[in-house]
Amino acid sequence: MSQQATLAFLLMDAPFESARTTTALRIIDAAVRRGINVKVFAYEGAVFLPFASQIAHANAVHGRTVEEEDHPLPREWVAGLIEESARRGAAFEWVNCGLCVDERGAGQAIEGVRRGSPADFWKFAESSDNTLVVPTA
Amino acid sequence: MKQYLIIETRDPIECRDVDAMASLAADLARSGASASVLLTDNGVFAARIGAATDALDVLSSAGVGVFADNFSLSERGIESASLAPGVRPATVDLVIDRLLEGASVMWR
Repeated sequence: MSQQATLAFLLMDAPFESARTTTALRIIDAAVRRGINVKVFAYEGAVFLPFASQIAHANAVHGRTVEEEDHPLPREWVAGLIEESARRGAAFEWVNCGLCVDERGAGQAIEGVRRGSPADFWKFAESSDNTLVVPTA
Repeated sequence: MKQYLIIETRDPIECRDVDAMASLAADLARSGASASVLLTDNGVFAARIGAATDALDVLSSAGVGVFADNFSLSERGIESASLAPGVRPATVDLVIDRLLEGASVMWR
């Protein structure tokens, strides 16, 4: 596309709790794979999506090792979105709500994530072609 | 023409508010807007033949297009042959298409 479109997304759900997050990230992935510029504002529990200290675990109940369990980690999905955007020459911004981060002690985010405020979401919406809000259930 | 896409993630049996979603989409279509619904996550349970919900009837009677997310269908073992008439399998690219077209996309 000659003039890249930009889409903004607001996420609110914490990781490991709801299929909504997986679906929302699949939608963002679809935008990234089309070379669309993406802006994500993570609010409330969603600030834990790019939390750098997420660790994969084994599954003792089913007798599987860490490698066999291959536990999915949202921080790796977010990192994958950032890498794929860069590979396609598209812009990708991920802003964590600073107050939400402080409340939860979620300050350790992966590279490429920055701290902001709800005003950033307003700026994202203003500067994007369209916006999708993914609220909590 | 104003365009709307409603993303419905909730099981119609677990959450009766799915009926309200169907009413909203139908009202939007009857008001002259282009309205469609994408069923995802447990929302795809409404897409099955014989599902105990009136949502699909309400939507089809108003001319609302109904799509079901392929991935969510596959996760739940729902095959295309099990889909109620009028429900079209789709990918989440539908959401991107609609957003780029300027539609109002509402997540439920």
